[in-house]
Amino acid sequence: MNDIVVPTLGESVTEATVATWFKKVGDQVSIDEMLCELETDKVAIEVPSAFSGTLVEIIASEGSIVGLNAVLGKISNQVSESSKNDQISSNQNEVTKYQEKKIDVENAPAAKKIMTEHNINERDVTGSGKEGRILKEDVKNFIEDNKLPKNKEPEKPNASEFKGQEFRDSQGQLEEVKRMSRLRQTIAERLKSAQNTAAILTTYNEIDMTEVMAIRQTFKDEFELKHSVKLGFMSFFIKACCHALKEIPEVNAEIRKTDIVYKNFVNMGVAVGTENGLVVPVIRNADELSFASLEIKLNELGHKARNGELTMAEMAGGTFTISNGGVYGSLMSSPILNPPQSGILGMHKIQERPIALSGEIVIRPMMYLALSYDHRIVDGKGAVTFLLRVKEALEDPRRLLMDL
Amino acid sequence: MSAYDVVIIGSGPGGYVAAIKAAQLGLKTACIEGRETLGGTCLNVGCIPSKALLNASEKYSDSINKFSKMGIDISTPTLDWTKMLQYKQTMIDQNTQGISFLFKKNKIDWIKGWARIKSKTTIEVNKKIIEAKNIILATGSEPSSFGKIKFDEKKIVSSTGILELKAIPQKLTIVGAGVIGIEMGSVFSRLGSEVTVIEYLDHIIPGFDKEISKTFQRILKRQGLKFIMNSAVKDIKDSKLGLSIEYSTNGNDVTETIESDITLISTGRKAFIKGLGLEDIHIDISNSGKILVNNYWQTNFENIYAIGDVIDGPMLAHKAEDEGIAVAEIIAGQAGHVNYDVIPSVIYSSPEVAAVGKTEESLRNEAIDFKVGKFSFMGNGRAKTSFSSDGFVKILSSTQTDRILGAHIIGPSAGDLIHEICVAMEFGASAEDIARTCHAHPTYSEAIREAALACGDGAIHS
Repeated sequence: MNDIVVPTLGESVTEATVATWFKKVGDQVSIDEMLCELETDKVAIEVPSAFSGTLVEIIASEGSIVGLNAVLGKISNQVSESSKNDQISSNQNEVTKYQEKKIDVENAPAAKKIMTEHNINERDVTGSGKEGRILKEDVKNFIEDNKLPKNKEPEKPNASEFKGQEFRDSQGQLEEVKRMSRLRQTIAERLKSAQNTAAILTTYNEIDMTEVMAIRQTFKDEFELKHSVKLGFMSFFIKACCHALKEIPEVNAEIRKTDIVYKNFVNMGVAVGTENGLVVPVIRNADELSFASLEIKLNELGHKARNGELTMAEMAGGTFTISNGGVYGSLMSSPILNPPQSGILGMHKIQERPIALSGEIVIRPMMYLALSYDHRIVDGKGAVTFLLRVKEALEDPRRLLMDL
Repeated sequence: MSAYDVVIIGSGPGGYVAAIKAAQLGLKTACIEGRETLGGTCLNVGCIPSKALLNASEKYSDSINKFSKMGIDISTPTLDWTKMLQYKQTMIDQNTQGISFLFKKNKIDWIKGWARIKSKTTIEVNKKIIEAKNIILATGSEPSSFGKIKFDEKKIVSSTGILELKAIPQKLTIVGAGVIGIEMGSVFSRLGSEVTVIEYLDHIIPGFDKEISKTFQRILKRQGLKFIMNSAVKDIKDSKLGLSIEYSTNGNDVTETIESDITLISTGRKAFIKGLGLEDIHIDISNSGKILVNNYWQTNFENIYAIGDVIDGPMLAHKAEDEGIAVAEIIAGQAGHVNYDVIPSVIYSSPEVAAVGKTEESLRNEAIDFKVGKFSFMGNGRAKTSFSSDGFVKILSSTQTDRILGAHIIGPSAGDLIHEICVAMEFGASAEDIARTCHAHPTYSEAIREAALACGDGAIHS
């Protein structure tokens, strides 16, 4: 049994109110997943879980006041039965889940083999066989249409992703060999591809989050009442980025062979950490959505991502990405590009720091921002200006209203 | 000598098929075989010779029992056992030579000798060292005995010895009513031997659907085989006059005896791993002497695989072949896979017996709702014309979805007919799908279609 403890709340802050529990008793939680939100008069702090397991008890319920290091709840190490099954079924070839929608059928044996070899999720393929069965030709067509590489590199199927198998090496010593999940293999390939193609540089800046937090504090209840969704930070960042992208369009562009392709829209990728690895679902036409619509879309995609339900369509077509390392406690980092995009914004932890303002030292909730960009088409001035515009829009959100 | 991509130890159905597939996929392949000929148990002392004798004995039996009914009158046919054995040997030779030819065609190196593994990438054969990036162990199995009984391969024989008897025995006793015992019993019964089968359990062909076991036993009895069930053989005494087999029935103390010229012990087979050196390099072996593998047929060395009779699972040649193909594909970087739910079992008696998928008993055990569609070959025109209307087709399908869960056949060419169901099961087809597929008339296969109809609205011809 593990305790969930109130984290450091800020200088001279000794107590906080439990604002919202994101999880309920019986829910499965994984490390770093957000459990609840605490509020002080200065900041709202999300409490991530330090353990994986099941939330078995909530000690400090919503509305209660807690002091530093108080116990908020308890997490047991036991994985609850139903979520274990969820894990297993979402990790397996999702035949079982899919077949609940269809009549009790099987895809063609040859089709199954080719799908396995190309990491294709059968849910993405339309079957032309009887009762929707996927035939060999359906998979071949899918591979061509999506321009998947014809021959995968030979892969040794060592053990499983769940339980490493122990093998002896040539000296007879034991090693544990655990197969990389399909998702992780794909992530690995794309990361290297990004590094090998783009000229990735990172520029940094910092933002004073006071104004954004003030707006949230003022309007959050009314917002939730009207829109039935919580007002988070992400919608502000997405809005600020869309605003800045209009002024520096290279950051939203893509290199295709020898062309620069400018996009007149923003499909915002939002990085989500799941148990199986990082996935980046995309909010299409994010520049046209309201704060509420953005928050709703974020919730929906985040939920799907954690349940392994995102389709390929939902992860395709992004033009820019935001990645929040702050949820894990990162103060500053350099994100890697999400190919074929030319820019990615890294958000970090909001931490109270002393800064100099008009000759005075004041304590403000500060966040370091990083913009990694493809220097092949985004020049230094463009990158720095982009980040500056984001900072300006967040430090004074009225700029978004006035389009300045 | 540079390393082979894959070296296979054993050239039975598992080994030689793996070798050919590996070569076809572009891997540099070698196969180590200690026998003088390729093909393992199956080609040399198993499937092929037994099918040859089954064929010959069936023709002999037909000439006596069926020809005159059709107006063909030949004087009592004579039996030349020596010539029959020569025919059997010719069949073996043609098959083993065929494999040799396939090896040459696919440029697979046949290394003659008995292998011993020295390390995860080296094998010693006849004092030479072979280097291998991957190794597949396909050394198969050998007949096993029990208790004090030992093979002398003259009077107390295994399936190997029975194929080389000096003469057709007058009295033949078979211990173990499994597939091999039944097939051999059929052969010699047709050739004129008095055959008695002693079985430990209360039903023959354990593992098959119980209704099949019962019906089949009745048919065999009508063909002249005698059965002593629920009995355990204690000892076999050899005197100048013949063998005395001592057994007790139902576990009681009374010892009965049966006299016999020859006894076939066909109570099972055990994995063959002698001389491979597996203990020396610490390959994990199960308590029953089989090599332990994971879902990818890997032993506890990631580059050493094992397939066929030497690992767990049904001891069938085609199971070994499918595993051989899967492992060759895996080594070549593809997604090799074996669907263990759709592996048919066949008994090459007359009538043949074939089964795939679940039995009624296993479905009841798993509490799965199923319906039964049955059709007797008595209603099949073709079967009637060839005097082979003994038997039936039984299809088991899901009550909820009509998906085919299993099929069982006693009848003519059952071993060939079953594959229609196998393909259907690979696609999760329903019984109605089979019923709605056109089947040529007049064929034995129509009985399958009628059984499928019986799962729904009902058969037309019964």
